Amino acid sequence: MSTFPISIPRPVHPTGIWGWFTTVDHKRIGILYGVTAFIMFLTGGVEAILMRVQLAGPELDIVSAAVFNQLFTMHGTTMIFLAVMPLSAAFFNFIIPLQIGARDVAFPRLNAFSYWTFLAGALMLKLSWIGGATDAGWFGYAPLTSVAQNPGTGIDFWIISLQILGIASLAASFNFIVTVINMRAPGMTMMRLPLFTWMSFITAILLVLAFPVITVALIELTFDRYFMFNFFNVANGGSVVLWQHLFWVFGHPEVYILILPAMGIVSEVLPVFSKKPLFGYKTVVLAGIIIAFMGWMVWSHHMFTVGLGAVANAVFTVTTMLIAVPTGIKVFNWLGTIWGGSIRFTTPMLFSIGFIAMFLMGGISGVMHAVSPSDAQQQDTYFIPAHLHYVLFGGAIMGILSGIFYWFPKYSGKMYSERQGKISFWLIMIGQNVTFFPMHFVGLDGMPRRIYTYADNMGWNFWNGVTTGGAFILVLGFLLVLDNIGRHWKNGEPAPSDPWDARTLEWSIPSPPPEYNFKEIPIVRSLDDWWATKQGGANKEVPASGGSEENGHDIHLPQPSYWPFVSAAGLLIAAYGVVFNDLLIPWGLAAIGLTIGFVGVYAWSLEPVNDPEEEDSTH
Amino acid sequence: MAQEHAAPIHGKDEGTTTGLSHRKMLMWAFLGSDCMFFGSLIATYLVYQGKSLEGPLPIDVFDIPVTSISTFVLLMSSMSMVLAYSALTKNNMKGFRIWLISTAIMGATFIGFQVYEFSSFANHHVEIDCVSPGELTKYEQHIFDDGCSSGEAHAESHEGLKPQTNLFGTTFYTLTGFHGAHVTLGIVWLLSLLLLSFKKGVITPEKNLDVDLAALYWHFVDVVWIVIFTVVYLFGVFPGF
Amino acid sequence: MSQELSEEEHTGHPTAGQYFRIAVILCAITAVEIGIFYLEVIGHWMIPILFTLSAGKFALVAMYYMHLKFDHNLFSYMFVGGFILAACVISFLILLFGVYS
Repeated sequence: MSTFPISIPRPVHPTGIWGWFTTVDHKRIGILYGVTAFIMFLTGGVEAILMRVQLAGPELDIVSAAVFNQLFTMHGTTMIFLAVMPLSAAFFNFIIPLQIGARDVAFPRLNAFSYWTFLAGALMLKLSWIGGATDAGWFGYAPLTSVAQNPGTGIDFWIISLQILGIASLAASFNFIVTVINMRAPGMTMMRLPLFTWMSFITAILLVLAFPVITVALIELTFDRYFMFNFFNVANGGSVVLWQHLFWVFGHPEVYILILPAMGIVSEVLPVFSKKPLFGYKTVVLAGIIIAFMGWMVWSHHMFTVGLGAVANAVFTVTTMLIAVPTGIKVFNWLGTIWGGSIRFTTPMLFSIGFIAMFLMGGISGVMHAVSPSDAQQQDTYFIPAHLHYVLFGGAIMGILSGIFYWFPKYSGKMYSERQGKISFWLIMIGQNVTFFPMHFVGLDGMPRRIYTYADNMGWNFWNGVTTGGAFILVLGFLLVLDNIGRHWKNGEPAPSDPWDARTLEWSIPSPPPEYNFKEIPIVRSLDDWWATKQGGANKEVPASGGSEENGHDIHLPQPSYWPFVSAAGLLIAAYGVVFNDLLIPWGLAAIGLTIGFVGVYAWSLEPVNDPEEEDSTH
Repeated sequence: MAQEHAAPIHGKDEGTTTGLSHRKMLMWAFLGSDCMFFGSLIATYLVYQGKSLEGPLPIDVFDIPVTSISTFVLLMSSMSMVLAYSALTKNNMKGFRIWLISTAIMGATFIGFQVYEFSSFANHHVEIDCVSPGELTKYEQHIFDDGCSSGEAHAESHEGLKPQTNLFGTTFYTLTGFHGAHVTLGIVWLLSLLLLSFKKGVITPEKNLDVDLAALYWHFVDVVWIVIFTVVYLFGVFPGF
Repeated sequence: MSQELSEEEHTGHPTAGQYFRIAVILCAITAVEIGIFYLEVIGHWMIPILFTLSAGKFALVAMYYMHLKFDHNLFSYMFVGGFILAACVISFLILLFGVYS
């Protein structure tokens, strides 16, 4: 029994780089998530720019057709799994414990494991560019992913890294479900939860229910590819349509996984900068729940042209149109929040307003192809990328940008440049419309998506040129955002604890928050408790910025740990072992990786969260 | 995971909002999620039910009496598990260990049955007397038609059922294989708890959450098998399904 | 069988003897299932009957062995939510593939 690696000493308040490897602090993990995901977002952007350059004019030959296929596949996969989801996760990590009045998440080490596993999956996917990345589209329809059609390792990398990212997302979501239910401060009832926490909570529930489906679909594909199973093998009776069903049973809830956190951010920002409570709090929460529920009943609208039959198409047309109703309710609530408020047009507010406008446009084009006969015309044309970029760029990314600026004082402890922020907003706002709006035109004009070039006489030249031009305006906008964040994180003006005169608990503590978050766990008396407190409702004191460290000495915090990192590293090695399973000993590398992962999990489970002796010796 | 939230019976924890233990809540959320995992596998199996282009089919390979025995063993292991937990809460450490070991042994027996079943399916061979073939399944009829046309005395096939053979093989081995993997993981978990129980103060009548969680997992694996037994085995052999 | 077990509903936790009785019921249901299975006269009624019986077993294990009956409702919601959604997805896929073929 004593041979377990429990005897390895624990990291005790390590500093520098080791501090980041072993940290279990939700704020540091949040920052790790945010920085990594932003870098991934930029790589996805580079892929997009390369595609736009190739399509700037007819019959260009800047990238080959094969590379173009990899570009659009990697762009989609990157933006969804490596950018929008983890950027949302960065906010979950940093903000949720602060908003519910907790000192950390329910499972701090599991949280660290989520991040390291996400990083492993991200590295694996992006590094697959060496030797040829996946090129079957982000939804990897069978049989494009079969060994016969696609013998290279690109698809294998895609499958395995998605599985790893799935593990990361599942672990994080379990963690946040328990955190929100079980770590709320006294008085913080579910109907007093800030909207962002509510929407994130719904997202986490969607995630734990949706991800197992894609896990199974990917397992089936893996078995088909590695062991010649028949899941999607038409020659033996398999159905390629099954892949589409399984993928979209996951894929449609996934769409709401991407957008709900952004809706939550917007629902935080609008009341603060309108100086009004959110209009119809309960309705917005309920609409979120209904969206999550109905998100399960619409998946086949991605498959209208497959030939499911008139009845199925009709049913999914109706459910898809119905889901616009709760979304519409939210839009009206947001408008009602701004209405009559004393509005401050700060950068986050501008992004939030931009979100409403852009998301509304994306929503309307969504209702257009909810009509299945109309969709038959739009399927696989540029109309679809136009729609999905209005909801995912104009929606999710604008919401996330709003959050990046709104909480910037909180996570960095500094102020950004408002002027630069506003310029970047206008560049991004104009840039995205110039980029994505013409896609509607060329789409309705019949230009298929995912073609690497087009003939000169198709009449698509002008609008494609405009789109490419718009993409470069976006680049400019994001460079400004990057400069704004990077420069001011280092040298910005110190931020007060509550620069926006905001409403929720995270603004009641210093910026950046001390390691222990709350000196005393707050007692919550109402919705928007911090606002009520400031209005003189209660006797809470406003703490000064940069609270002194000494105050936190008696507070027990979870201690750092090596094991989440070790477990994730084992998983990464095993994943490479699966792709290169005939290296030296067959499946040897995978076995080594699994062993390391297993040792990591074992040591982790035998390690107490707080080692009493270590705790004594550090103080 | 560590023992920080281990608390008295039923994973109650005073330090949390709901008074429930974090870890127990995580376990239930995981089990809810795992329902979707097995749900997707079962959906795949059922969607492909009867779509195999060639045999062997369930009716050719399934041996209901044998599977009934292994089903019985798994059901009994669930009882054994709950008795282990019950003994622990009554501070009967000896009883706890005995029931825990018996649970693991029954789990291993179930896996043994599965290994036997898989290998007998994979080596399934058919021999048909061409003169008086008796009642034949569709698959056997096919072999009969192929092998007896040229006046032979016997027709036979050693093809067996492998995952690559047909859709039934593909979906059957994947679904039951993942269930078997869950059982195997459960056995490792139970044996780890058994080892830990010899360490002083790790598993006690008060700190029983680790056992509680392992038990939940074990029962979940059992209920999944209840579904698989009916949907895959019994319906599989039933001609009208 | 609910009559037999009704006494524990008030006393909280089942005892070892009661766990044993549930095991007997579970085995009895399994025996009935296999028995019904060999009764070919039942014909197409077999599917709903077997479904009901295995649902009963499922419920017994979940409620008593997994203590859902005695635990916080939240746990039941988490598990039953996942279970119902999985059942719906299975049913819808079967329906869609029936239409498709």
